[in-house]
Amino acid sequence: MQSKSHGVVHWKLQRISAIAMIPLVIWFVSSLTFSLINSYDQSVAWLQNPLNATGLVLLFGTLYFHAASGLQVVIEDYVHNEGLKIISLILIKLISILLGVLSILCVLKIYL
Amino acid sequence: MAEFALPKHSKIVKGIDYPIKSDCENTKKINVYRWSPDDDENPRIDSYTIDLDQCGPMVLDALIKIKQEIDSSLTFRRSCREGICGSCSMNIDGTNTLACLKSIDDVKGDINIYPLPHMEVIKDLVPDLSKAYEQLTSVKPWLQSKSDPEKGKSRKQSPKEREKIDGLWECVLCFSCSTSCPSYWWNGDKYLGPAVLLQAYRWIADSRDENTEQRLEELEDSFKLYRCHTIMNCTKTCPKGLNPAKAIGEIKRLQLERK
Repeated sequence: MQSKSHGVVHWKLQRISAIAMIPLVIWFVSSLTFSLINSYDQSVAWLQNPLNATGLVLLFGTLYFHAASGLQVVIEDYVHNEGLKIISLILIKLISILLGVLSILCVLKIYL
Repeated sequence: MAEFALPKHSKIVKGIDYPIKSDCENTKKINVYRWSPDDDENPRIDSYTIDLDQCGPMVLDALIKIKQEIDSSLTFRRSCREGICGSCSMNIDGTNTLACLKSIDDVKGDINIYPLPHMEVIKDLVPDLSKAYEQLTSVKPWLQSKSDPEKGKSRKQSPKEREKIDGLWECVLCFSCSTSCPSYWWNGDKYLGPAVLLQAYRWIADSRDENTEQRLEELEDSFKLYRCHTIMNCTKTCPKGLNPAKAIGEIKRLQLERK
């Protein structure tokens, strides 16, 4: 699991996803704040805009990827039991993939 | 899991109090961690009150005074008493530093002295650094080159090339930085720690060394190098005022440029 040459790739992807999330989160929060979405119909209409749907898919993808790689570092730092470590690392990957796919499918379902 | 509490046998208890006998005004109380492998006792804190008018200015002077005049069993490493040998590194007033460079006047109130954190203790203030030295050996801290220098000449370096190892060669390997690093506490068996990474970078940055690529390749590991989370305790604590965090940052930058 900690193969060689895994170091720099992980480090780089963690930082790229962090930087990518800065504009995405600002866009998402400001959209919710300023777009005056007050009802269910307005929310659906907002999500049916292709730009908004794209933004949200990108945000979910980056978010779960970044969360998974961050949690991986925490587990590697603190969990020293090899078995427990491997199980938690696999669980983190599976759960974040599950949540990421689910979130993106939800967006697509409303969009399509 | 990482150990957040001390094992039962490592819990520190109150030790012996050595009050000052003579009548003097300028005194200081020094609380020192004591542990001996020879008995089955828990570690304890002994308190020594000394007359500062009869003592040198540094914490090391106080320790030597205690050893000579009050308690000869007190054990600590020291040699040069001027910040060059790196022997007397210990935790003074909550910060890892060299006892010979730490002024007694800089500490308000009692002086609390412990060995370097999270290392096995051999006795009192003497930590076992053998694992740290092994890690140092693993980065091959010597000049490696395939080519021979010009016959009868030394390897040349321009002043600009020489400047690149300023702030690196001054390290005296006291391991104050490594033992102040939480990442090194939790993963000291796999993470090399700031002291050793600074040494690694000292040879990577040296223009005369021809093994840079190999050195970087060996450091490209999620544990050896990337356990550094830029906590910066290393730079904050360094008694020589060096910046190991920057050296580690430079290694990470070079890794990025390689791939």
